[in-house]
Amino acid sequence: MEPTAVVDLSYFSLQERQIQEALGRVKARDVDYADIYFESCTAESVSMEEGIVKRAVKSISQGAGVRAIAGEKTGFAYSDELSPRDLAIAAETARYIANSPQGETPIAVTHRQPLPHNLYPLKRPLTEIATAERVNLLHLIDQEARRYDPRIRNVMASFSTEHKVILVVNSEGLLIGDVQPLSRLQVTCIAEDKGNRQSGTYGGGGRVEFAFYFEEDRARRYAREAARQAILNLEAVDAPAGVMPVVLGSGWPGILLHEAIGHGLEADFNRRKTSAFSELIGQQVASEVCTIVDDGTIPFRRGSLNIDDEGTPTSSTVLIEKGILRAYMTDRLNARLLGIPLTGNGRREDFRSVVLPRMTNTFMLAGESEPEDILRSVKKGLYAVSFGGGQVDITSGKFVFSASEAYLIEDGRVTAPIKGATLIGNGPEILRKVSMVGHDLRLDEGIGTCGKDGQSVPVGVGLPTIRVDEITVGGTVAS
Amino acid sequence: MSDASLSLFESDHLTRLAQRILAQARAQGADAAEVMIAEGDSVEVQVRLGQVERLSKAREKGLGLRIFFGQRSASASTSDLTEASLERLVADTCAMAKAVAEDASSGLPDAELMAKDFPDLDVYDPTTLTIDQEIRLARQAEDAAMQADLRITNSEGADCAAGHSAVLLANTHGFIGAHRSSSYSLSVTPVAVDPQGKGMQRDAWYTVGRKFRALDPPETVGREAARRTVRRLGARKIPTQKVPVVFDPETARSLLGHLASAVSGYAVYKGASFLIGQLGKSLAPEFIDIYDDGRLPGGLGSRPFDGEGLPTRKTPVVERGVLVNYLLDTYSGRKLGMPSTGNAARSIGESPTVAPTNFYLAPGSASPEDILRSVKQGLYVTELIGFGVNMVTGDYSRGAVGIWIENGELAYPVEEITIAGNLKRIFADIEIVGNDLVFRGRIASPTIKIREMMVAGE
Repeated sequence: MEPTAVVDLSYFSLQERQIQEALGRVKARDVDYADIYFESCTAESVSMEEGIVKRAVKSISQGAGVRAIAGEKTGFAYSDELSPRDLAIAAETARYIANSPQGETPIAVTHRQPLPHNLYPLKRPLTEIATAERVNLLHLIDQEARRYDPRIRNVMASFSTEHKVILVVNSEGLLIGDVQPLSRLQVTCIAEDKGNRQSGTYGGGGRVEFAFYFEEDRARRYAREAARQAILNLEAVDAPAGVMPVVLGSGWPGILLHEAIGHGLEADFNRRKTSAFSELIGQQVASEVCTIVDDGTIPFRRGSLNIDDEGTPTSSTVLIEKGILRAYMTDRLNARLLGIPLTGNGRREDFRSVVLPRMTNTFMLAGESEPEDILRSVKKGLYAVSFGGGQVDITSGKFVFSASEAYLIEDGRVTAPIKGATLIGNGPEILRKVSMVGHDLRLDEGIGTCGKDGQSVPVGVGLPTIRVDEITVGGTVAS
Repeated sequence: MSDASLSLFESDHLTRLAQRILAQARAQGADAAEVMIAEGDSVEVQVRLGQVERLSKAREKGLGLRIFFGQRSASASTSDLTEASLERLVADTCAMAKAVAEDASSGLPDAELMAKDFPDLDVYDPTTLTIDQEIRLARQAEDAAMQADLRITNSEGADCAAGHSAVLLANTHGFIGAHRSSSYSLSVTPVAVDPQGKGMQRDAWYTVGRKFRALDPPETVGREAARRTVRRLGARKIPTQKVPVVFDPETARSLLGHLASAVSGYAVYKGASFLIGQLGKSLAPEFIDIYDDGRLPGGLGSRPFDGEGLPTRKTPVVERGVLVNYLLDTYSGRKLGMPSTGNAARSIGESPTVAPTNFYLAPGSASPEDILRSVKQGLYVTELIGFGVNMVTGDYSRGAVGIWIENGELAYPVEEITIAGNLKRIFADIEIVGNDLVFRGRIASPTIKIREMMVAGE
């Protein structure tokens, strides 16, 4: 493995003196903390449908976000120009929040930090993948999906890459940079049979090499999975409505954790005491079989980062240990105001966005049950193995997530596939109803994107097979 | 174009820049090309519990480029408008275009269809708000919410934002168009605590407009936010049952949004819509009319030309209950053998897609109170969460918050329930349309009553 190139000021054609002056300007008397985040990003995407690759798109963006924090106040400005003049204007705006005279003393950048870990060293930068190679990958997908079943009528696939370079400097003298590769391959198939049309979607990715998609037959497996789901849905029956036991399969159903408790444990809502989990540290919020972790340090994962967007090393944080709430996920502002540790969860979509506490890879540790026993334990219920999106109301704690592949369980056996249905529950209660946890922990394939305050960031989730004793299933048939 | 005085643009300079890029693309062998330049500035403040919590200010620009080699095409964008960077962008885009497949439907719109008149749609207000003005407005709105009810004890804050933006579009047909717009918004999200210890609730209210003077007063926004929040306290679950469902204008417009997605030419030609093959067929009762109007004066979706430079217009989508038009851009129109409806939407970095402009359900004559009075037992929905909508089948299942209706009156708040059905059925089952149409976004609807839906609860 080659070491990742060190990102320094020169990457952004900046001189140390300019940075010192800009930091000095924003770090006014009453500013507790100031930082500047530089970012350069090249995003490329190709997409295919009707058997041909029709679209190729590339976007290049570059800019800097300047921030001043004074107490609970944040001043923020950004610019897509990196000239000393533009940085000075941004610094003036950011420090306006502090209502104090401008700082004059340049701030020396004294802590040039090496990366705490090197989680995604790529031999070949994603920017070097030729359009033709991307096109060939999509053709492979198309062929495989169509081969799966003649009822597959359309295949829509896209492959996207992002090469992001960031550099953070702050008023404590820190200077640290990172190169963050990210890619994703996604497939949607439309199946049609006697006027009945259904779709299936699958995909994967991460901070991985292009070769990743060809290893272990991944690309073709994604295609077959999307096709299989679309064909399966042709036979799906209407979903039941009402409260019932639900078994969640391993992997992507971990979105339950993300919605039900993850957002509620982000430090900003807890500082403001607007989360249903506010002031519950040390208390039982889940059954004893539940231990839940947010871990930004898993190599090559979509939700992983060497450092967060404030330059803090990412870490593995136990959020819930055997049912007891242990920690919130923090950024600098909220960690300082709450007097709790930095966890490396300060993230932003890009230089145009402010830092918020966000999840990385959030999952439940494996338990001891056999997945088959978990299914057998249910007399009448639902077995959900794949989901679309989810959403939560942090304050009331109510969350939803929508099953895209699910089956009825009748007398312990998995029977008919059902149409998509939304599941709704209450965050602080739902994990108390988890009575069995399988030994089969799996992380998702790497396609998750989380939205908060209009900002999207890549995340991961994971789950072993679990049994939830009761949750409301939003189908159309009275059960 | 005539309006060379765009305050955000050095219009002459950018026109020359656009023309230079088009010439470079031609010089590299491209048969056609299109350049879009967008610029914007914005100031936003967030106040929480009377204190300024966040203040952001931004100014940005970007250039997007679409290049055609015969029927192959590619798009690219950059925020770096230096000459060297742009030259590289043109070369990269040409290389990408040569690597993708021929697509018989690709290409610029036909030259004779390009927009020729650029009416003033009343979407620009030169008023700039200072940071202090915005702070004052946000504080007033939040104060009004906090003062409205003793049970409001906390807040997720109040936001005030103002921004101006300008867009220039040019293509190798010789088309050059520019337009500018402004937007102002104010919102509040109060948090109320149940005095009986049954948890917290939050809701929100907002005002948004192209003109600063068109915003509702901050006190009105704050009081409405408080009213919506407090009425959720003490919410309970209800038994699973089939009942009539009344959507308030905020949730009704989400249904209209699903319809707008389903009539997008892209969803239709890809077979990814539950409305394929439905043109000319009955979708809803005879009293239903739904329009998309890109030239609504002052509209949040109004603009003189679309993302490809075609004139915007008013398109009936549903007339007397019959689906009469899909929304199309040039590409999806060619795929379906129909002309564009002027609904191309284009962000700097992407090739065009279809989006509604101002998309709305025409109002009926019933007041919201009349509608509630028509329900013996049912659900009044005020918020929906989640993504449980399948555009291919129309299957619909979402989390809901609302108020239970008993004998025509709002009785008590309900939560942790879902509502489910199929969008085709839901539109066919519209029983009453309210008279309370107000545009609070690009998509708008009055209150509507659906005959029956499955509500899942206990």
